[in-house]
Amino acid sequence: MTALSDTWYMLVRLLRATWRQPVWVVVELVQPFMWLVLYGQLFGRVTEIPGFGARSYIQFLTPGVAVMTSLFGSAWAGIGLIEDLDRGVLDRLLTTPASRAAIVLARVLHSGTAGAVQTAIIVLVGTAMGARIAAGAAGAALLLAVAVLLGGGFAAASNGLALLVRREETFIAVLNFVTLPLTFLSASLMSTALMPAWMRAASRLNPVNWAVEAARAAFSPPAAWGAAVGDVALLAAFLAAASAFATWAFAAYRRSA
Amino acid sequence: MTADAPAIEVVDLRKVYPGGVRALDGLTFTVGTGELFALLGPNGAGKSTTVRILVTLTRPDSGRARVAGHDVEAEPQAVRRAIGYVAQHSAVDREATGRENLLLQGRLYHLPGRRLRARVEELLTSLGLGDAADRVARGYSGGMRRRLDIAMGIVHEPRVLFLDEPTTGLDPESRAALWRDLTDLRRRTGLTVLLTTHYLEEADALADRVAIVDRGRVVASGTPAALKAELGGDTVVLDVGAGVAAAVAHLLAGAPQVLEARAVGGSVHVRVADGARALPALMALVAGAPYEVRSATLSRPSLDEVYLHHTGRAFAQADAAGQDGGEGA
Repeated sequence: MTALSDTWYMLVRLLRATWRQPVWVVVELVQPFMWLVLYGQLFGRVTEIPGFGARSYIQFLTPGVAVMTSLFGSAWAGIGLIEDLDRGVLDRLLTTPASRAAIVLARVLHSGTAGAVQTAIIVLVGTAMGARIAAGAAGAALLLAVAVLLGGGFAAASNGLALLVRREETFIAVLNFVTLPLTFLSASLMSTALMPAWMRAASRLNPVNWAVEAARAAFSPPAAWGAAVGDVALLAAFLAAASAFATWAFAAYRRSA
Repeated sequence: MTADAPAIEVVDLRKVYPGGVRALDGLTFTVGTGELFALLGPNGAGKSTTVRILVTLTRPDSGRARVAGHDVEAEPQAVRRAIGYVAQHSAVDREATGRENLLLQGRLYHLPGRRLRARVEELLTSLGLGDAADRVARGYSGGMRRRLDIAMGIVHEPRVLFLDEPTTGLDPESRAALWRDLTDLRRRTGLTVLLTTHYLEEADALADRVAIVDRGRVVASGTPAALKAELGGDTVVLDVGAGVAAAVAHLLAGAPQVLEARAVGGSVHVRVADGARALPALMALVAGAPYEVRSATLSRPSLDEVYLHHTGRAFAQADAAGQDGGEGA
């Protein structure tokens, strides 16, 4: 019970800090809109390539951008933890009786909240630009679940990474090394049908691609949801593995202190 | 915890950091309930490591430590509930206001809302942060941040408060204000305080008892007055120049009225029973050698002399050397 209230109070702290950076809030809200417009214009005609498989690119792109945004937002979650670590805030929290799990959990939930808000905005903008969620509310719920699972997983992994490397420069280098390839090894922007065979094989092991496939299903009629069930299960497993990694990294940090 | 159990009990703590730095080498001391106890030592002496072990952030390699009657390794949660910790560097959340910082800290100790809000109000007022309470801490001065740190350390009314170098980096005015706050706090609450410092005058002014820490061990402990009295007599400091200080010290150590003579840089510190009487004789002895005495001062022993006596090094030099050796371990 106290673990829950500890998590809540720490989450409030993080959300409040985010809210107090109006520029950040505006950028984060406008950025998805920019992705949709830029990619939509840039790649709009790829649907004419034989074998692409979708007729409307905005219909194809909206779930892809939703997943990309969730990935980029959550992958950076660890940077705030490094700041807490440098400032001595983490040590201060560790000398209180507060739940240890709450410290990381609050950060994961913070990313999840931000990701859910961004996903909602993308869906609204995408819909305004012509995308349709065929299954209505059920589709929107599936999309939200995908964003939360992927965002939570990457946020946990990011916090674990932060506790291991403990330096902003190293953390940023590793992130840049990982996030863009994961995006391009997925169907976010391009149909996997048009990928070279090796990339298609690699994309099957990529959590980002699982999320994109499931999110795209959410925009389709429920009849096409069959494959999404497997993807959602894989995403849940990814979240569990990432949480285990974060827990382990936290224990390692405490041992080395 | 029974009434007469010590608030802090540290027995033979040892800790070697990866890379072979021996931070603690058999550290032992006891702090009674209600005492203000100072760990005095230069940078790198092992003070912060000791505090980090006592507040459950670090584990010792061996030895035993109890705080408020609880073993720090076996019952860390019980220790955490009983203590407040103010780290060497300010650990306030700069994106939150002073009030928000205090409220969050109190909630993590599970204080009920109404009592917490009253307590926070009281602390903001008594530490002079009332006007800044609803401003984000990013804009606070160093002294204000330090006061907020201390308020956060005591918001839950702990039994034992740990202050790690609380005045390092503060201007003299803020330091004096913090000393006043601390004295005031103790008078009102009877709180036990463990303070680490590398300011001799701070230990002298604030502490009921002092332990002098050198290279991970306690080399002397007692009330500041007792430590100084133990040395006895007065200190005569003769400035003779770096080239000959060692020779002069050697010469004076043989004189009958001299208890102890040590070269420190270009000076010789000479301990004698009666400084006023001994001074002319010492001067004559040095002049006859013949060496030149550039200046002479006479003082009652300070903690500086106590440190020199127990470690063979002058405090300021050890402190500077410790600073070069990296972070204050």
